[in-house]
Amino acid sequence: MTQTIHLRVNGQEHTLELPTQRLLLDCLRYDLGLTGTKEGCSVGVCGACSVLMDGELISSCLALAVFADGKDIVTVEGLAEGEQLHPVQQAFIDFGGFQCGICTPGMVVAAKALLDVNPHPSVEDIKEWMMGNLCRCTGYYKIIESIQGAAAAMQGERAR
Amino acid sequence: MNPFDYREPETLDETLALLRDHGEEAKVIAGGTALIIMMKQRLVMPASLVSLRRLRGLDQLEATNGELRLGALATHRAVEVAPLVQTRAPVLAETYRRVATIRIRNMATVGGALAHADPNQDPPVALLALDARVQLASAGARREVPLDAFFTDYYETTLRPDELLTAVLIPVPAPHTGSVYLKFLPRTADDYATVGIAATVRIDPATGACQDCRIAMGCVGPTPLRAREAEALARGAQLTPELLREVGAAAQRITDPISDARGSADYKRAMAGVFVRRAMEQAWQRALAGDHRG
Repeated sequence: MTQTIHLRVNGQEHTLELPTQRLLLDCLRYDLGLTGTKEGCSVGVCGACSVLMDGELISSCLALAVFADGKDIVTVEGLAEGEQLHPVQQAFIDFGGFQCGICTPGMVVAAKALLDVNPHPSVEDIKEWMMGNLCRCTGYYKIIESIQGAAAAMQGERAR
Repeated sequence: MNPFDYREPETLDETLALLRDHGEEAKVIAGGTALIIMMKQRLVMPASLVSLRRLRGLDQLEATNGELRLGALATHRAVEVAPLVQTRAPVLAETYRRVATIRIRNMATVGGALAHADPNQDPPVALLALDARVQLASAGARREVPLDAFFTDYYETTLRPDELLTAVLIPVPAPHTGSVYLKFLPRTADDYATVGIAATVRIDPATGACQDCRIAMGCVGPTPLRAREAEALARGAQLTPELLREVGAAAQRITDPISDARGSADYKRAMAGVFVRRAMEQAWQRALAGDHRG
């Protein structure tokens, strides 16, 4: 059983005919080749598969691809503008916000979603928002510092 | 996951007609956070899914006739951040905020979570203590069921295969009422609770005595439980450490938890008593302080 869907991913329109049971995660990775989004726990707990659907942070491992019909999806590949990294990506590099890197795309997407709704998060705000993104290298302090750094950088940009 | 037939009705009538014709072999899907996991694990293998994602008008949050009405398709996040809920029944906003993570709350719906009927969830416990009712619709019929009579067993409710849960109704708490939901989380912040306890206490402002109260407990039985004997002990009584101990002990007696990674059955039973005591005290203090977190 298949279904045809139209979706926009990182600004690009796609029309796909997919089995109804295809997950959004698998659609992104295997049908569209966007392997930045990772599969971790497969049950919505770890955050590695975080993407934005119409601006809202969701777990793509718990969403059917058909849920994305008519929607706007942003993955980690959609954050940079050409060679210019998104401030959150740049901050993760500048502050050393990753170790092995498997959680990083989900962390970056989740952090972007946070700064979209709360440009000046406190450390507590960051911890509450990011608690569903797990880093098994346990490098959480630098991730928090990266997000604070990104918030400061984005504030600077807005001031200019 | 197994393949399935996928339908996306756009109106309530269309949805109810589909459920009338295919309800036995279909599952309703809204946010999908619970059902997709069960389908991945092949605990559920529906031949068809009736998706509510194109259905409009069922996600509204309203206040009417002294009641709050949460549309079944409102997300947990929407309830959490709605000024209407934060002012009329703050304990509900607080409870929805404690569910899982922001990603899940952006997807999971009010009605989906109730129909899923997992006794380890948070909102059903707070809603029970607030004396909520659910509205159920089928082709040609509507009915209301007290939440207390809605859950029947682990993942089982009185919802018939041809019925859809359309809304939850919550009486706005009377003046001099205090409410609280306590989620005991010994592991991680996004986990299911080891025990989750809600209490609501209405006091006589002249004497401070309890006029009415409701106590609900999650994670300690096949459904969320009302602790009616414990409630009866508190009615008419003054807030004292002795009373709180008796109330906690009475509530603990009706628990029937299972052992799992979140605690042994004995531990959950003991914690239910402790947290009922604390919840009653905090709800009572809120009522005394005029902190109307109904």
